[in-house]
Amino acid sequence: MVFELNAEKLKDLELKANEARKLVIEMLLEAGSGHSAGSLGMADIFTAFYFHILKHDPKEPDWSDRDRLILSNGHVCPIRYAVMAMSGYFPIEELKTLRKTDSRLQGHPHRTSLPGLETTSGPLGEGISQAIGVALAAKLDKKNYRTYVIASDGEQDEGNTWEAVMFAGKNKLSNLTLVIDRNNIQIDGFTENVMPLESLKAKYEAFNWNVLEVNGNNITGFVDAIRSVEKLMEKPTVIIAHTIPGMGVSFMENKFAWHGKAPNAEEAKLALKQLRTLQGRINNA
Amino acid sequence: MLNPDLKLNQKIFEEDVEEKAIRDGFGEALVELGKENPNVVVLTGDLSESTRVEEFANKFPERFFEVGVAEQNMVAIAAGLAISGKIPFAASYAVFSPGKNLETIRTTIAYNQANVKIAGHHTGILTGADGATHQATEDIAIMRALPGITIFSPCDAFEAKKATLESAKINGPVYLRFSREKTPIITTNETPFNANVHTFWVTKNPKAVIFATGYLLYYALLAAKALEEAGVEVSVANVSTIKPADEDTVIKLAEDAKAVVTVEDHQITGGLGGLVAEILAKKHPTPIEFVGLKDTFAESGKPKELITKYRLDEKAIYDAVKKVILRS
Repeated sequence: MVFELNAEKLKDLELKANEARKLVIEMLLEAGSGHSAGSLGMADIFTAFYFHILKHDPKEPDWSDRDRLILSNGHVCPIRYAVMAMSGYFPIEELKTLRKTDSRLQGHPHRTSLPGLETTSGPLGEGISQAIGVALAAKLDKKNYRTYVIASDGEQDEGNTWEAVMFAGKNKLSNLTLVIDRNNIQIDGFTENVMPLESLKAKYEAFNWNVLEVNGNNITGFVDAIRSVEKLMEKPTVIIAHTIPGMGVSFMENKFAWHGKAPNAEEAKLALKQLRTLQGRINNA
Repeated sequence: MLNPDLKLNQKIFEEDVEEKAIRDGFGEALVELGKENPNVVVLTGDLSESTRVEEFANKFPERFFEVGVAEQNMVAIAAGLAISGKIPFAASYAVFSPGKNLETIRTTIAYNQANVKIAGHHTGILTGADGATHQATEDIAIMRALPGITIFSPCDAFEAKKATLESAKINGPVYLRFSREKTPIITTNETPFNANVHTFWVTKNPKAVIFATGYLLYYALLAAKALEEAGVEVSVANVSTIKPADEDTVIKLAEDAKAVVTVEDHQITGGLGGLVAEILAKKHPTPIEFVGLKDTFAESGKPKELITKYRLDEKAIYDAVKKVILRS
């Protein structure tokens, strides 16, 4: 069961999310490549998962009753790595090895390289299917863990995504929760220009899913949405989380050019300064 | 003569040799596995009858998943089940799986080292009347190129059953290659099945060795017998494990015979022909002739007519042996 957030815990989570953003900027600067916008946009959701929602044990990553958090759009792994390190899965210093030879932190996550990663991902459209397999196994084994899967909005273009959505609806996988990072950008531009997705809500409803829409940069609202589906028995749930890509760094926010780009030294310096001073946004989110 | 140690079907050269579809062995093994191991689960993409998973589905409905015509979804769900402790068998036609869903297999099963068994059905031009769209003739090449995958290509229904049972014991990805039509029974229940290349037709002074995989092993045996009657001694080896390859036996047999013929219902490129050539080029260069599809798609037709037209039959194998001996 996920607990309600009190003001103190919320403040702590917001500070942690900001800390994670700073780590992301430092990692990407050191790596010289990687995906800035989505990683920053998802900082609040990953922080909420690792520090409040998930039943997990960083000292025992294979604990069989842990909740599973599957990342479908593997390219935002810098934020996952940052939050995992902050949780104690591995030393913070190791974040500097991202994308380098001999590192456990592959450019796109590789399950067998790093304990705590549930799947290998990066090629889009495959995460929901794998999460379905994990959720089916939970039902077969009569386990109570929940399976969460994060997917991007751009990967809703993939046929495999809808194969999975159809299957989960048919099989009423109520132990599965999908979070879509609805940040409206993908590599070639805004999603509604590249390949229109709206109405996403109506599409998922038509496939027999429970659909919630939240502000993905508001931790309280996100946690409430997660809590609200715990007792739902009939359907899988999708939480369409509207996030601001590049959140926290003014010159990256909502710019699709930052989808697959890392900051240079000057940009990183400016970004870190904005994050250090909180730039006003986190408290208003 | 037939290798007496392998307890092969002694009626193999008789006119009324018993025939059975290789895919039937898969279906029988799944039911046995279902009884023995509660972690065995089965998925199919709208092909439960023709991939022979129907009996498993009827006996163990809670462990059977119908995914519809969605091969990417099928194998990625299988990957999710596997990393959660299940032993999934995902069955479809090989043109779709591992054809259509290659990258999904690559990422979620091979690179991920997920314990999934991919059953590719309707391989080769033996598929017949459905035509080239449904005849998988490049699946071995595709799967051979993926690191960490075991590949079984059984020669008859008995071997298919043993390969399927064996695959469940392997903790890692396995590709199982099956064909549709009834083909002669070559082995028996007692014939050993393991990762080694076994010599099915033995002779004292072979002038060539024929390496065959799948049901065409029968045609290789027919050719060996005809060659013997014509005064040419050859040995015939069954390569039912394509990967990891039994390199030592391949080299030893090539050393003894000094000439090699490979036989497969598959493209020579990347198939058994490619495999044997790679092994020998590296360690013991030997003249080779290749019987298989020569960079071409086939067509609709009766399986036996296609096998003759595309030069995969005993006559083609016989001719290839004659040709390679001249080069040795």
